[in-house]
Amino acid sequence: MYITNIESVPGRNIVEHFGLVSGSTVRAKHVGRDIMAGLKNVFGGELKGYTELLTESREEAIDRMKAQAVSLGANAIVNVRFSTSSVASGAAELYVYGTAVTVS
Amino acid sequence: MGDLLVLIGMIAMGYFVGSYLERRHYASIRERESAFVHLPATTLKKPIHPEAVTESYLVHGSVVISLDYFKRMVAGFRNIFGGNLGTYETLLDRARREAILRMKVDAKDANEILNLRIETSSISKSDRKGKIGSIEVYAYGTAIKF
Repeated sequence: MYITNIESVPGRNIVEHFGLVSGSTVRAKHVGRDIMAGLKNVFGGELKGYTELLTESREEAIDRMKAQAVSLGANAIVNVRFSTSSVASGAAELYVYGTAVTVS
Repeated sequence: MGDLLVLIGMIAMGYFVGSYLERRHYASIRERESAFVHLPATTLKKPIHPEAVTESYLVHGSVVISLDYFKRMVAGFRNIFGGNLGTYETLLDRARREAILRMKVDAKDANEILNLRIETSSISKSDRKGKIGSIEVYAYGTAIKF
């Protein structure tokens, strides 16, 4: 499965379009991670727990998008975009979308 | 009185620990950026020689970073008078450069990264004890090999 965020897969030709595929996850924060985040707010710096959480959630969203593309019979997804929105206090939606295509 | 001492203590800790961490982070960013000088990240949509490309894949990196107490206080005062928020500027600059570096680590032995996109979102949570203000920066692009 080729995934790119440009309009083609370089070196290959797109032979068929399947339309939009997307995947999303909504994740809430873990209580233990929140306590550490409260402490980090005094000193500043990276919140590793949140970084990991968001990375995992994005991987999950990408997997869902890939599964959708596979079920359509595509072998690549081009022009992938990510978007993040906070839907409620302490929860974030991670959304990824792209165009499923077949490349030669 | 006790509350005031705690507040002053938190501001002082935020200032000293926060600025120490920031200096250390900048030193590490500069070091890693010079190590990745051979892997340019561009916002171009097409490779210059598309026929030479053998492999292409999506790469990404992200970081969630938080303000320290002192910076938040300074920002609070600045909100009254207006002007540049220098403390937030360095925070965002560090976060973006860190996210790009992580993306480059993800790209491993690629030759170039195309169509770099950076997305910034604020992750905040308010409760009785106050507000947790943090920022996520997410960088992604297409890595290509010649």
